Amino acid sequence: MSAPLVRLAGATRRYGDVTALDGVTLDVPAGQLLGLLGPNGAGKSTLLQLVSGLRRPTSGVVELFGRPPWEPAARAGLGMTPQETGLPPTLRVREVVDVVAGHFPDPVPTAEVLERFGLGDLARRQTGGLSGGQKRRLAVALAFVGRPRLALLDEPTTGLDVDARHDLWDAVRAYHRDGGTVVLTSHYLEEVEALAERVVVVDRGRVLVDGSLEEVRSAVPARRVRVRAAALPDLGADRALVDGDRHELWTSDADALVRRLVGSGAPFADLEVASASLEEAFLAVTAAADDRSGSRSATGVPGTSTPTTSTPEVAR
Amino acid sequence: MSPTPTTATPSDVTPARTGGGRTGGLRLTALHTRAQLLETVRVPIAVIGTVVFPTLTMLFFVVPQPFADDPAQATAATAQISLFAVMSVCLFTYGVGVAEDRALPWDSYLRTLPVGAGPRLAGRLLNGLAFALVSLVPLVVVAWLLTAAALPADRLVLTAGALAVAALPMLGLGLWIGYGMSTKAALAVAQVLLLPLAFGGGLFLPPQMFPGWLDAVSTWLPTRAGRDLVVSATTGADLPGTTWPVLAAWALLTAVLAVRAYRRDEGRRFR
Repeated sequence: MSAPLVRLAGATRRYGDVTALDGVTLDVPAGQLLGLLGPNGAGKSTLLQLVSGLRRPTSGVVELFGRPPWEPAARAGLGMTPQETGLPPTLRVREVVDVVAGHFPDPVPTAEVLERFGLGDLARRQTGGLSGGQKRRLAVALAFVGRPRLALLDEPTTGLDVDARHDLWDAVRAYHRDGGTVVLTSHYLEEVEALAERVVVVDRGRVLVDGSLEEVRSAVPARRVRVRAAALPDLGADRALVDGDRHELWTSDADALVRRLVGSGAPFADLEVASASLEEAFLAVTAAADDRSGSRSATGVPGTSTPTTSTPEVAR
Repeated sequence: MSPTPTTATPSDVTPARTGGGRTGGLRLTALHTRAQLLETVRVPIAVIGTVVFPTLTMLFFVVPQPFADDPAQATAATAQISLFAVMSVCLFTYGVGVAEDRALPWDSYLRTLPVGAGPRLAGRLLNGLAFALVSLVPLVVVAWLLTAAALPADRLVLTAGALAVAALPMLGLGLWIGYGMSTKAALAVAQVLLLPLAFGGGLFLPPQMFPGWLDAVSTWLPTRAGRDLVVSATTGADLPGTTWPVLAAWALLTAVLAVRAYRRDEGRRFR
């Protein structure tokens, strides 16, 4: 196995007395498609900023292709999405692609990039005049302009409609199939399930879970069952919240739970099963780990058994 | 597993900044200069503000005055206002412009590309230089048509050099403001500094019209030293002994401040 493309070892970043990233250790080997999840303020952005050389760690090691990421040469194999709000509004689409392409030794020709991401007709438009979805597609396209070995995609499909999202997924899959390495952040469980081989969840600056998609899926209660009932027997939920006659049950297998509910014969009403985002599920789990006074404590999630220290949340 | 998606194997990540070629420093400088110029030029009001203000100053403060008919005095006045034009470019293009850019996510994004600070900064400097030159053109035209000002051809290069040297402390000041302050603070500080420095340095009214106390204070201002240098270059007037030390001290001080602010800058987004 060759050296990892990204290596973090005990990487910590503080802003004043706020710890945004707290001793994170993480390797991204070549060819992997990694999904990075976590609520806002969890440290995802800080992690990406360290890897892309925007910031330096307060302590610990961060390496990109075996070098410090703040050396420009280390970033020659990196492709990244800008935040969609960050495109210079007065520049034309083609000009923005040209500027980025100019930094790489062998960029994809601009026309080809625009064509591949469905922006061919918009080449002469100023980016300020693009719709949200068009900006998002341009932002993702920019990550691939330099034929990177590693693509960091920060929420690539937020705000896209279903078709556009699936087109982008195809592009990411094709890139990955050709051997490209991807680190992807997303709010959508569906997206991570569709793309990622490995899932890393960060919360409060720490890596909470790191495993294959299957491992992570079975480790978290990703279904939320709501029901009204005077009293319920123990249905084997991973977490149960009770508010008067309203019950909220978290489970990884809603079918089994509903079967048990019906089988128990307890009277109930307003049954509602929803697929929680992975983040919500993790929040439920971490919240349970925090307040052990809850009706049931979290189980089965590696990492949550260690008591969470009083790391202040980053205001971002 | 094949770790070679498109171009390179792990061992031959080509250092993008060395070795000339398609990604050489000069080419990147040209790339960033062009992009920045395009960005600025497409907001015409910004250009017009920078270009028109010094010329208006010339029309109000010099053209109607009796000394506009005196070649030496009119030339000196034009030189003063030229320095004012260069100074406002330094404080606004470098100061406010840099602070604004740093607050934008696009600037952060550019810093993730394989490019060091050099080409981006060089692009910025060239951009400012271009604006300074553009703002001088209407000024010189007005001076030539409407006053007795005259610059002998053999003094042209000397004057340009004097303007560049006189601009150094302003450049440092602008970059310090730009890299050290938030957008709002930068705008306020640039505005607060511009007029007192310009007036106190004798860029609007010649120092000969100053009361004694103001002339004494003025001697220690970077704008006054710069003004004396440029006026001396255009008219051959004597250079006061204080000019070079004052100019050098300010250039050094503002350079240190600018470099320190630049080093500490990681973008403005977390403060």
